[in-house]
Amino acid sequence: MTGAAPMLEVAGISSFYGWARILFDLSLSVGRGEVAVLLGRNGAGKSTTLKSIVGLVRPSGGSVAFQGTEIAGMPPHRIVRMGLGYVPEERRIFTDLTVAENLEVGRQRPRADAPEWSVDKLFALFPNLAEMQGRPAGRMSGGEQQMLCVARTLMGNPSLILLDEPSEGLAPVIVDQMAATIGELKSRGLSILLSEQNLRFARMVSDRAYIIEKGRIRWQGSMDDLESDEAVKQQYLVV
Amino acid sequence: MTGQIVVQFLTGLASAASLFLIAAGLSIIFGVTRIVNFAHGSLYMLGAFIAYSLTQRLAAGTAYGFWISVLLAAFVVALIGVVIEILMLRRIYRAPELFQLLATFGVVLVVQDAALWIWGPVDLMGPRAPGLDSAVDILGQRLPEYDIALIVISPVVLGLLWLLFHRTRWGILVRAATQDREMVGALGRNQAWLFTSVFFVGAFLAGLGGAIQLPKGGADLLIDLNVIAAAFVVVVVGGMGSITGAFLAAILIGELQAFAVLVLPESTLVIMFLAMAVVLVVRPWGLLGRPMGEHAPGQAAEPLLRPATPRARLAWAALIGLLLVLPLIAEDFTLTLTIEIVILALFAASLHFIMGPGGMVSFGHAAYFGLGAYGAALLATTLNTPMELALLAAPVVAGLGALVFGWFCVRLSGVYLAMLTLAFAQIAWSVVFQWYEFTGGEDGLLGIRRTPWADDRIVFYYLVLAACGVAIYAMRRMIFAPFGYAVRAGRDSRLRADAIGIDCRRFDWMAFLVAGAMAGIAGGLYVYSKGSVFPDEMSIPRSVDGLVMVLLGGVQTLSGPIFGAAGFTWLQDEISRLEYWRFILGGTIIGLVLAFPQGLGGIWRQIEALIRRRRATGIEAGR
Repeated sequence: MTGAAPMLEVAGISSFYGWARILFDLSLSVGRGEVAVLLGRNGAGKSTTLKSIVGLVRPSGGSVAFQGTEIAGMPPHRIVRMGLGYVPEERRIFTDLTVAENLEVGRQRPRADAPEWSVDKLFALFPNLAEMQGRPAGRMSGGEQQMLCVARTLMGNPSLILLDEPSEGLAPVIVDQMAATIGELKSRGLSILLSEQNLRFARMVSDRAYIIEKGRIRWQGSMDDLESDEAVKQQYLVV
Repeated sequence: MTGQIVVQFLTGLASAASLFLIAAGLSIIFGVTRIVNFAHGSLYMLGAFIAYSLTQRLAAGTAYGFWISVLLAAFVVALIGVVIEILMLRRIYRAPELFQLLATFGVVLVVQDAALWIWGPVDLMGPRAPGLDSAVDILGQRLPEYDIALIVISPVVLGLLWLLFHRTRWGILVRAATQDREMVGALGRNQAWLFTSVFFVGAFLAGLGGAIQLPKGGADLLIDLNVIAAAFVVVVVGGMGSITGAFLAAILIGELQAFAVLVLPESTLVIMFLAMAVVLVVRPWGLLGRPMGEHAPGQAAEPLLRPATPRARLAWAALIGLLLVLPLIAEDFTLTLTIEIVILALFAASLHFIMGPGGMVSFGHAAYFGLGAYGAALLATTLNTPMELALLAAPVVAGLGALVFGWFCVRLSGVYLAMLTLAFAQIAWSVVFQWYEFTGGEDGLLGIRRTPWADDRIVFYYLVLAACGVAIYAMRRMIFAPFGYAVRAGRDSRLRADAIGIDCRRFDWMAFLVAGAMAGIAGGLYVYSKGSVFPDEMSIPRSVDGLVMVLLGGVQTLSGPIFGAAGFTWLQDEISRLEYWRFILGGTIIGLVLAFPQGLGGIWRQIEALIRRRRATGIEAGR
């Protein structure tokens, strides 16, 4: 593992669901301590990209390097144990388990190269969760579930996390909280790749953006460049 | 009187113990791996046999030796479970769930012959538990001391399981995996390890269940399938995946059986069925269960069924031509085998009708085959009904059975439905088996003769060919008629089909009726081809024969079941003269599933997908 390698380097991957091709020679990278966002409309291939990175979808062709190590083709649990956390779009909270038990499922040993989390530290970050430790996760609001889902992934002490549409379906005030949380995680040294449709939210948290459409990266650049480029926004993001 | 009721109540509690253990194991394994482990009854049987052998050797006659033997037997069975998981199931977790089921049935066959080889065909009497071999006096009635031990064991095991699942990290992971095993993997847990450990615990419970009932029931080669049917009932009544539910259901079933023995000894199995029917009508997901997600048999979208292409029509015409001239060229033996194949092809096609287009998996299709067979046979033997009339009555009898059983079954889906069909088939079987005066029980019904004009083998061959051909063709037409479209729409998306005004449940029910009646035709013809009928024709192995035929041929092709029936019947005929033919058959099934986890039909689809990918990537690179 070289210190100079970027946190994540995806080069030319393609992914299929059965016969349907979803991703076409897709490349992107995330630097250390950076927050990158994958922007695109519904069905553009954002979730498939993240799933291909974490191994839930096996990319056919191309390479995925995490901290300089090739991970394409590995089973998800091995990828995740190397310190790559994944927060799915549908949250996928274990609704029959309590909040504390959900966190326990995500727990892994601490890692030298990543911020270390404990239940107490996470309860400090998400005070809401502390108050409902014993509650079945199925009886929480959508926003609370989203927070729990992030906390559960952090229990694995990742150095990079993939967040699939973290703002989806949340009330505006919760979206702001989520943005603050992402800022907090970044300040502790985590690298983050998120997918989003919500440009306002992406603006609040990200350094760099990729725009994906029909399984291909169409544009990339800094958040500021995107801000000033009305034509790109009009073409790819406005619904 | 009070004393008798109290003692009978306690007896019921005692018999609930081993039921609870095996059902809990089945439920835990299903919860995490989504595998319906048909071989769970075999593990239970092994528990009984191994405990028997151990009690003969380990400090025989001492309480210490007895209980060590019981625990050790459970442990050995758990290790056997782990071996099965690692060598077989681990390779097929991604296969369609029916193939997994088939593989576990292969294990049932292999274990049956292995047990026959090791322990022999004689039923073994269990030893009495030392120290607990007398009886206590309760309100003037006597209750064996060992029953009290059994009554204590269930709640203790329930408590230990609760602690295991709520107070240990392993238990929390298992509960999480029961809900979403992929997500557990995406949080860094190795599923393979989790599955193996779950199999260990589940098999341990089955082995323990078999071992502790040894002093009461002994060990024999039939308990595997008997107990698996009861375990299915308990799991379904309690609610899939709920251990407390299994506990309550085991007590409910145990008590009902205990009191049924007092009132009407022949009703023990029927009472079990009635309890299940009542519970499922009131609570379709069992006492403490919860609705499962729509669980279609195939995970991906079902491939379309298409009408035959001109080339396929030509092939069919050639096959029919060959069958028509067969009597001119074939020997008697071949003709007899072909008659059986054609009849079983209709049976397999009727099962395919509800499984493929209907999407309803039946574990108990032999019930309708058997109802047709017994319907015709009983008319012939008791009322001297002529063959023509008896053959016409066969589908009516089977259809009526399907109408009644189907009414309950179509209210459920997925595994619940499959288990319910199995339970119904076991009921039908047990009625035939136990009602000796009417059905001849195990001795069957003999001497059923064909009408003189059809007595000639060749004439009867043409009769079978015509009847089965017309029936198979009729089902084919139905699949491509509006009726078939409605049934398939309900299979693919119940919600959408309901929303455009299709009464899915009603169509499913009708499909059940059609499939049952068609199987009845096959059953009637079968009786007249053999001249006799035995309860085996409606037993679990017969149902599984049908599943093997359909699955090997391919669930989503119309010709699959016919070729599956031909291949399977031929194979069975070849090996059935050997002493350990079950071992060979089971081994063959396991081998086929391991070699072709997507089914024989699935291979072509995989190759096709690969070619398409290659092509797509190639075009991309060429740009």
